[in-house]
Amino acid sequence: MTAISRDEVAHLAMLARIEMTDSELDHLASEMDVILGAVARVQEVAGQDVPPTSHPLALSNVFRADVVIPSLTPEEALSGAPAKADQRFKVPQILGDAE
Amino acid sequence: MALTFNDAIAKYEPTLGLEVHVELNTLSKMFCGCATEFGAEPNTQTCPVCLGLPGSLPAVNGKAIESSILIGLALNCSIAPFSRFARKNYFYPDMPKNFQTSQFDEPICVNGYLDVEIETDEGMKVFRVEIERVHMEEDTGKSLHVGGATGRIHGAEYSLLDYNRAGIPLVEIVTKIIPGTGKYAPQVARAYVTELRDILRSLGVSDVKMEQGSLRCDANVSLAEIGSGKLGTRSETKNVNSLRSVERAVSGEMVRQANRLEKGERIIQETRHFLEESGETRPGRSKEQAEDYRYFPEPDLVPVTPDADWIETLRATLPEKPSLRRKRLKAEWNVPDKEMTSMVNAELLDTVEETVLLGADPTKARSWWLGEISRLANEKEVAPISLITPAQVAEVIALIAFGDLTDKLARQVVEGVISGEGTPAEVIEKRGLKVVSDDSALMVAIEAAIAAQPDTAERIRGGNIPAAGALIGAVMKATGGQADAAKVRELLLKHLGQS
Repeated sequence: MTAISRDEVAHLAMLARIEMTDSELDHLASEMDVILGAVARVQEVAGQDVPPTSHPLALSNVFRADVVIPSLTPEEALSGAPAKADQRFKVPQILGDAE
Repeated sequence: MALTFNDAIAKYEPTLGLEVHVELNTLSKMFCGCATEFGAEPNTQTCPVCLGLPGSLPAVNGKAIESSILIGLALNCSIAPFSRFARKNYFYPDMPKNFQTSQFDEPICVNGYLDVEIETDEGMKVFRVEIERVHMEEDTGKSLHVGGATGRIHGAEYSLLDYNRAGIPLVEIVTKIIPGTGKYAPQVARAYVTELRDILRSLGVSDVKMEQGSLRCDANVSLAEIGSGKLGTRSETKNVNSLRSVERAVSGEMVRQANRLEKGERIIQETRHFLEESGETRPGRSKEQAEDYRYFPEPDLVPVTPDADWIETLRATLPEKPSLRRKRLKAEWNVPDKEMTSMVNAELLDTVEETVLLGADPTKARSWWLGEISRLANEKEVAPISLITPAQVAEVIALIAFGDLTDKLARQVVEGVISGEGTPAEVIEKRGLKVVSDDSALMVAIEAAIAAQPDTAERIRGGNIPAAGALIGAVMKATGGQADAAKVRELLLKHLGQS
């Protein structure tokens, strides 16, 4: 029984907007299966006494005060953008015409 | 023959669900210190955190957490002792991080309710709207779609992104399904959003300006045949930007769905956009596959675990509920139902209250704001409060009470203030509008009137009191309308031995 199917990998690729060939999908499906298998072993180690966690530090309620600090200038903000226009980030067509 | 709204409700039972997004009015963003000012130049309020640049780390705005808890408390929710942020993953350029930091299965507030009152055929009736959850998230950037005929996303050649809004604290308030509203569904939806807006405003946690998008409503509507006991497929209508639109969007969607069902067509589960001009909806972005958001707990943020002390401290600061306040003011001011409703609908309750707190009689304050001032405001297409202040109105009302102004003169004073001629005192001074109340000055005018119409004076002396009108009119004319007619009458009749 594999941890992830080829169809699931194809679906993930679609969600991540990564185009993949059939051979890449075959290759990745088996590779990801091995990775997931390795990660799954962690679950064997963590018993009932280990609560699931989403953060390495046992902290909660870490807040900052509601204080404004200077932002980047628009030039700085846009300096890494592949394309820009009118002081805005320019991105390609978002949805196809068909949709 | 297309079904009308009445046809639709005769056969189908609507079920509502409302999602309201409210931008908090914190000074800084949810996870970074960028300012949140509305209408700033594009991309002037961004930083590595809200632009999702590599290596940046979010830090939670404590004020936003407090505001979220306050909202939950005001909506009778339980505050979760343990709550976490989650990443909602999607590829859409309105979030440069490629995910939105939101909450998923561990929202900060759950299981509340809000009672709304609407007018039904059987009088005022309360509908309880149950709240499923209140969760925290961040707003997205603003997209401008360029090219294509309509400025819509479909057919656009490219899009331009402004990330000033990305990361502004956003609270989403989700109702449970609201059954049993029948033909009142549109009014219930509107009343709910109205009441919610009033509560949020009273809490001071948001600007709640629907026209600026700081309060946004998505309306879920489905229809099922009456008595079928089933739930129909729902549509979700977005872009509903005013209270009136909430009502129109729900009724429009009910009619659209009824017509589809009547033709044997199925309702597609989809996002639709409300069209302000026609009151109709059109299909929006397809959600079929976008639903796969692969939520997981945000590893860069620690949990939020409000303890009872903190919650109770916040609960103690809750203001009077708007619905209770309305009831209290209605009783204190002795206002009939209908007038109370007009005052609330005209959004003049705060203004009238302020005027009353400055010493004005409630009935007079209400009548000025809803009457003359609203009339002038309508002519100019502005809000009444932008024309004149409650203090100025209270001053005018006081001057009438002291007998310094008649109602007629007071209208001129108000008109003068609104035309920018200055304060009431300045307008009175400039236009010379003071009531002539000095008895000796009035007596001069009265004697002159008697001298001019001796026959009339004789008839009054003989007991013909109604004839006094002619002389009073002459005095009013002579004083330029600035005398108090009742006072003139009193002096005149006394002078002619009739009182």
